[in-house]
Amino acid sequence: MGLSRRSMLKRIVASSAIVIVPFSAFAEWMEAAFKADNYKSALAAIGSENLIASDKIKLKAPEIAENGAVVPIQVSSTLENIESISILVEKNPTPLTGQFKMFPGLKPDFKIRVRMGETSKVVAVVKADGKSYATESEVKVTIGGCGG
Amino acid sequence: MRVKAKLVDGVATIKVLIKHPMETGRRKDEAGNIIPANHVKTVTAHVAGVQVFELNSGVGISKNPFIQMVLSGRSIGDTIDLRWSDSSGKTGETSVTLK
Repeated sequence: MGLSRRSMLKRIVASSAIVIVPFSAFAEWMEAAFKADNYKSALAAIGSENLIASDKIKLKAPEIAENGAVVPIQVSSTLENIESISILVEKNPTPLTGQFKMFPGLKPDFKIRVRMGETSKVVAVVKADGKSYATESEVKVTIGGCGG
Repeated sequence: MRVKAKLVDGVATIKVLIKHPMETGRRKDEAGNIIPANHVKTVTAHVAGVQVFELNSGVGISKNPFIQMVLSGRSIGDTIDLRWSDSSGKTGETSVTLK
């Protein structure tokens, strides 16, 4: 079976598109990860399906949040070669809240405020050396912060 | 966008506050129409054109986002340029010089 020039070209374009898309998707805002509507698929979308529990990550979150609309979180880590740090709220309608990327001179120590719809685990996922390490903390929410 | 910086022994602690509604896309207005989602997507920091920080965010970040970052190896006179962009395409920027 001979391939026409046109169909050959189509194949080349299609195969190179497969290679290029993930790169541009990674450099850009991660649409699929931020829109993932459950914890498992959010973890899958950031490439962290297999979490390794680590005591080298410190996650500071309140035990009780009276107002789920503003829950202060601090995350820091002593892991080496960190690529990114993601904060997920397991039971939020879209669990991934934010992801910090690492740069030379940037300390893996951040504060941020997240929304929580209900009592849930807050999970910090640290990607380092191609592995995903995690620490979690349960936050009790009295008034949810995701609705109206 | 407001920013505060404190430099101690070469370590700069930068606090950023962005005035933004962070609409989740789940809220309704008085007429019962859904207010479309609009949230900060990225926050970046550069020093002399070199990127030193990036946050990607979704609707799970609180209204009027607050972020604190810590930069090491900084000195007096360094200017940190901060920039945000949201899902509607709006952007904002400000800078702070360490002293």
